[in-house]
Amino acid sequence: MKEKLIEKTLMLLAFSAIGALLLMAVFIFKEGMPIIFKVGIKNFLFSTHWAPTKGHFGVSSMIVSSLFVTIGAMIIGVPLALACAITLAEFAPQRVTVILKPTIELLAGIPSVVYGFLGVVLLVPLIRDYLGGPGLSLLAASIILAIMILPTITSISIDAIKAVPYSYKEGSLALGATHWQTIRMVILKAARSGIITAIILGMARAIGETMAVIMVAGNALRLPQSPLSPVRTLTSNIALEMGYAAGDHRAALFATGIVLFVFIMVFNVSANIITKRWRRE
Amino acid sequence: MAAKIVVKDLSFSYNHQRVLSAVNLMVEADSILGIMGPAKSGKTTLLRIFNRLCDLIPHVRIEGEVFLDGENILRPGLNVDRLRKRVGMVFDKPVPLPRSIFENLAYGPRLHGIKDKKRLEELVERSLRLAQLWDEVKDRLNESAMKLSGGQQQRLCIARTLAMEPEVILLDEPTYGLDPISTLKIEQTLQSLKESYTIVLVSNNTWQVARTTDNVAFLLMGELIEYGSTHEIFTVPKDKRTDDYISGRFG
Repeated sequence: MKEKLIEKTLMLLAFSAIGALLLMAVFIFKEGMPIIFKVGIKNFLFSTHWAPTKGHFGVSSMIVSSLFVTIGAMIIGVPLALACAITLAEFAPQRVTVILKPTIELLAGIPSVVYGFLGVVLLVPLIRDYLGGPGLSLLAASIILAIMILPTITSISIDAIKAVPYSYKEGSLALGATHWQTIRMVILKAARSGIITAIILGMARAIGETMAVIMVAGNALRLPQSPLSPVRTLTSNIALEMGYAAGDHRAALFATGIVLFVFIMVFNVSANIITKRWRRE
Repeated sequence: MAAKIVVKDLSFSYNHQRVLSAVNLMVEADSILGIMGPAKSGKTTLLRIFNRLCDLIPHVRIEGEVFLDGENILRPGLNVDRLRKRVGMVFDKPVPLPRSIFENLAYGPRLHGIKDKKRLEELVERSLRLAQLWDEVKDRLNESAMKLSGGQQQRLCIARTLAMEPEVILLDEPTYGLDPISTLKIEQTLQSLKESYTIVLVSNNTWQVARTTDNVAFLLMGELIEYGSTHEIFTVPKDKRTDDYISGRFG
């Protein structure tokens, strides 16, 4: 009797978490969908003209900016994170790993406003002085994000590499492969589903990050012309305008949220599918 | 007969624990040496010194010398990758790499610079034939090696080692957990291989050692108790402990 009660209670609590997600999704879609239909899906997604007080709701420059910032963060962050993961999982002696792994994981605990602040104070002037442009830019946002996603990608990749059976490594070495050949041809291959999952989760984190990006990206409402252009991402747009938005404007911000929601869903679902497919093989 | 491997006063400790103490041994060329002994007697460690796979264990201390064709393989600065090409190894659990049958076999030769497709195909076929697996897999070389049965996987691993064209083959309980028919096939394979390869076989199965080997080394607690021809050891063992082990009184 008591057993059953506890079981039921736990079940209820577990479902309430899913319930929260469901409620959020329903609310965002309910608030945002009408305006998308009002201006037309094509206009909403493909127009770059965003002047919400004058009735123009085109988010395409923000979609492009969000994607570019994320891709930039990946180009910089993924090689770094993989290098960290391979070093920590394979090359570094135990003593070094014990210090380095928690340090990298600590990066995840630093509030994003601190990243943004450091970006504004250190990174932005550097870019302005050495590369030109206003400094507040797509590049600055990508670099900051690259550092922020480092712990996510590194720690999941380390777990994936460590999960490769030791016998694979031994087998490969016994065939006369060098350590690096073994890593490249056997270990990374066997760990690839975990590593791809890590990268996709990193992407989801990058595209969803708001505060640090607002502080360093410049927030200009334009299609980015170069990595040095100031850009406004989807998340920045919501955060910047929520305070004073009303009516259709407010609804349009919810619609921006829908776009983000879809992106993140696509990332997470594809991470799941990839993990499952490779596990089956 | 010529000596392929000579072990001189070899001691091995791991975390200050003696695993092997002052072992002296010789492996004759083109023959099978069996290493037997109860669990924890240092058999596997000895085997892993022959291809320097013992390097993977941290905090070890090795003393003594091991010569392969007169060259000390324990000397610092030795190219271990080249050594492992000459001294192949088959493990107690078959470990095919998660790839196709063909790729498993081509892995070693590719590492050592053979790129020509035709040459690789020849090597793959020859090694599979030597390991007596060719007839069973010739029509499905591109299927995943993980789909093979345990016995087939183990013969695949033997074939994979052969594909590198080594001089010495080390086998660490290659028939562990296999059914009698697979075991028989592997023993037959070993018999046909010893004409051109030097083989070292570690086995817990005393009768397998008696059936397949030419010489036997009996290890106990890291010490070499007796070494001699298989016929001698199994008929007139000199040491009482060998006699006890063979007749199953301990171990």
